[in-house]
Amino acid sequence: MTISKPPVEDFATDFDHTDPEWVANPFPIWDDLRERCPVAHTERYGGAWLPTRYADVSAIAHDTEHFTSRTVVIGNGRPGEDAPPAPMGVAPPISSDPPFHAIARRLMQPAFAPKAIGPYEDFTRKLCARLLDPFVGKSQIDISKDYAEHIPTLVIAHMVGFPQEDEERFREFVHTILEAVDKPVEERIEDFQPIMEYFEARINEHIEDPRDDLTSFLLNAEIAGQPLAPEHIFGTMVLLIVAGIDTTWSAIGSSLWHLAQHPEEAQRLRDEPELMPLAIEEFLRAYAPVNMARLVKEDFDYNGCPMKKDDWILLSFPAANRDPEVFEDPDQVIIDRKVNRHAAFGLGIHRCLGSNLARMEMRVAIEEFLARFDSFSLADPDDVEFSQGQVRGVRKAVVNLG
Amino acid sequence: MKVSIDPDKCEGHGRCFSTAPAVFDSDDLGQGIVIGDGTVPADQEELVRLCEQNCPEYAIEITE
Repeated sequence: MTISKPPVEDFATDFDHTDPEWVANPFPIWDDLRERCPVAHTERYGGAWLPTRYADVSAIAHDTEHFTSRTVVIGNGRPGEDAPPAPMGVAPPISSDPPFHAIARRLMQPAFAPKAIGPYEDFTRKLCARLLDPFVGKSQIDISKDYAEHIPTLVIAHMVGFPQEDEERFREFVHTILEAVDKPVEERIEDFQPIMEYFEARINEHIEDPRDDLTSFLLNAEIAGQPLAPEHIFGTMVLLIVAGIDTTWSAIGSSLWHLAQHPEEAQRLRDEPELMPLAIEEFLRAYAPVNMARLVKEDFDYNGCPMKKDDWILLSFPAANRDPEVFEDPDQVIIDRKVNRHAAFGLGIHRCLGSNLARMEMRVAIEEFLARFDSFSLADPDDVEFSQGQVRGVRKAVVNLG
Repeated sequence: MKVSIDPDKCEGHGRCFSTAPAVFDSDDLGQGIVIGDGTVPADQEELVRLCEQNCPEYAIEITE
């Protein structure tokens, strides 16, 4: 069960990113806060701050002196004493601080560089075709449940060498880790047990039978001539599975949800495929799925905000991406927007490691969808569901085909 | 026009090498690099200005 909470009275002093109003449509909330109270506060979750201006989001994302990434998912507790402490954190490198961060990140960078991601495009395209072909000639498809949720899940399972048939379990892990954040701490710890057991089993299989995949890569990796600590391997494995799934699922879902409401733009992308890279950057800006979190290291005054040690920061890249100081007509989705310095993949040393993979999956997923369906439109705009938590995206949206 | 990337600022967002692949490339870590000595062909100048305007880390420097 979840802790029952009173509804938010004023997002400036009592914000909650799991509040139904926020989940349904956070953009007016951020616009209001940016004008009225650019760094909002809440006593919920043991104390948290929310910057909504691009300048503040950027400043805090780049400030590893005052803010730690030890945990990046806001919950009711703080990392226990048994969790790996900074500078490694629970899921390196996303949870790591300097100087260890650079070592853990450099280890993973070659596997996610553009040249390493290219070879997975063929797998992704065939997967999209396999998902969509049964719907050709049909009248409806749910762009989230029938399509978007499967793409990043099966691609990352392929990359780490986990069984494709376990995909439903991976989405359960994502739900447990990223969405069920308002549960009591004891329940959260209990929920993590099967996740640890699953990963241990897969890691042990790879120790006995090494393969050409990211799991065996991590098991063979070394830092300064030493194999990685078991908690480093485990943490990075969880990161690879969890970070790659609901984020890109959300980005693909939101892009298709937008196009289902703007058939003229879908047609323009069919007629002018060279616009696709600009359109993808604009979908990433306008519907950025990921809010990150930081913890305040020590008591610290940030621009007049009296931040206390272990206060959370909800680092809202989606809010930054709608700041009129940086983006012209920020609430307009302009699929050929040229000047677009968006922060969808974060800013500073924690720029999303999988950004090249995410862009490839988005492009292929949208291309394959547009190629199969000459026209599609949202069946019922009021019957659309969004995820709760720090990753925002469409979880149910039925569209009419043809 | 000449262009350079400040390697201390670049975080590998990839906006430059995906926008102007004739001028920028990525290294084995996925970080942005300038191809050749950074001299920008005339027909690439507009794209390179766009890269400078889109780099999330303000890592691209243009000298005319």
